[in-house]
Amino acid sequence: MRDLISIRDLEKKDVDSFLSEAAKMEKLVGKPQKTLAGKLIASMFFEPSTRTNMSFQAAAKRLGAKILTFHSSTSSAVKGENLADTIRMMDGYADAIVLRHPMEGAARFAADLAACPVINAGDGGNQHPTQTLIDLYTIKKLKGKIGGLDITLLGDLKHARSMRSLLYGLAMYGAEVTLVSPPALRMDEDILKEVKAKFGAKPAQAAEAKLKGCDVLYVCRIQKERFSDSYEAERMQREFRVDMEMLKDADSKLAILHPLPKVDEIPPEVDADPRAKYFEQAKNGVPVRMAVLKKCILS
Amino acid sequence: MPLAVQKIENGTVVDHISAGAGSRVLQLLSSHHPISKMAALIMNAPSRKYHLKDIVKIEGVFLDEKAVNRIALLAPNATLNIIRGGKLVDKHHVKAPPAIMGIIKCPNPKCVTNTERTETAFLQSKGGETLRCRHCERLFKPDELA
Repeated sequence: MRDLISIRDLEKKDVDSFLSEAAKMEKLVGKPQKTLAGKLIASMFFEPSTRTNMSFQAAAKRLGAKILTFHSSTSSAVKGENLADTIRMMDGYADAIVLRHPMEGAARFAADLAACPVINAGDGGNQHPTQTLIDLYTIKKLKGKIGGLDITLLGDLKHARSMRSLLYGLAMYGAEVTLVSPPALRMDEDILKEVKAKFGAKPAQAAEAKLKGCDVLYVCRIQKERFSDSYEAERMQREFRVDMEMLKDADSKLAILHPLPKVDEIPPEVDADPRAKYFEQAKNGVPVRMAVLKKCILS
Repeated sequence: MPLAVQKIENGTVVDHISAGAGSRVLQLLSSHHPISKMAALIMNAPSRKYHLKDIVKIEGVFLDEKAVNRIALLAPNATLNIIRGGKLVDKHHVKAPPAIMGIIKCPNPKCVTNTERTETAFLQSKGGETLRCRHCERLFKPDELA
């Protein structure tokens, strides 16, 4: 594995390999490592990020690597320098590039240009493969397996890149997935056809979540920035939120996950519920990204 | 009464274009090869196979690979007839290649290929019903790309 650009580039054995490496990495967190000592990793974020940026930096430092931080707002990008030149330059400075960029396909484009490994940390509305690996790792860690689990994906399934990639990953493992969203925010038919053709998966569609017997409820926010009518977005958010009333019927074994940031879709009182696992999920970002950095840079 | 259209001496006849797509094929060809001699667009001609079809005849034009690939997207059932000295010297069906490189702009405005200088690439699905942009990974129907 040299670059990590898209979940579509991975076969199940590749994902398995990342997940088992992440389990090994988790045991090493807190113990100084020299696995990537002497390596420089360029962290290039052209869009805001908290968890992805910080956990990649933490992962690199946990493995003994150093970080070159690129700030797009103070770089020559503001003078109009194109992405190609910026990538070529950074390729000469660093041993690997972690890239988040608003244009879809930016990571693939960068990987074509750079000699060093490129890791996609989100390219517009397209892919966020390390988030999918974190989600799969968290589910496997909590439940011991992925295949056969009853998993509900709830929220804006049309715009959230993490949900599309996650459905692909869950289908790869044979999970029983139910999709719950407002009619206007349903997942694109293309991805449903793709997972059916590739993995024989048939995700169910439902108007509301039924949590009795559900193993994992994965929630994502309604992406208000994609709506021209913010009132309509808020109305949908009110209808598709997870509160204590809704969780009344859910089993104690339920795990509630969320890629974060969460806004109104999960009120703060749910955070204290033992079924809320999204902060643990975010924490798993470090060992999973340690595994990604190690595999991409050293193999 | 059947419509009579003059034969061409040296050039190309694109036959079996789906009825209604002929004007787009002619427009596409003119963007690849300037049409300075006779050209004809026949619409809704009777067809045994497709009931109705469009036909484009162009004098003095022989299509290059890029033009043929684009016709394959727009008119996947089309047949190319190459005429030299008034005689049919070659006849074949168009066929889109598994990957179409460089000749098509990605319709997704957020695709990086629309802001950076790079060769686009579209990969065909198994049945040829859709093509996926190698960069932004969006799926498109062939006629959206033609």
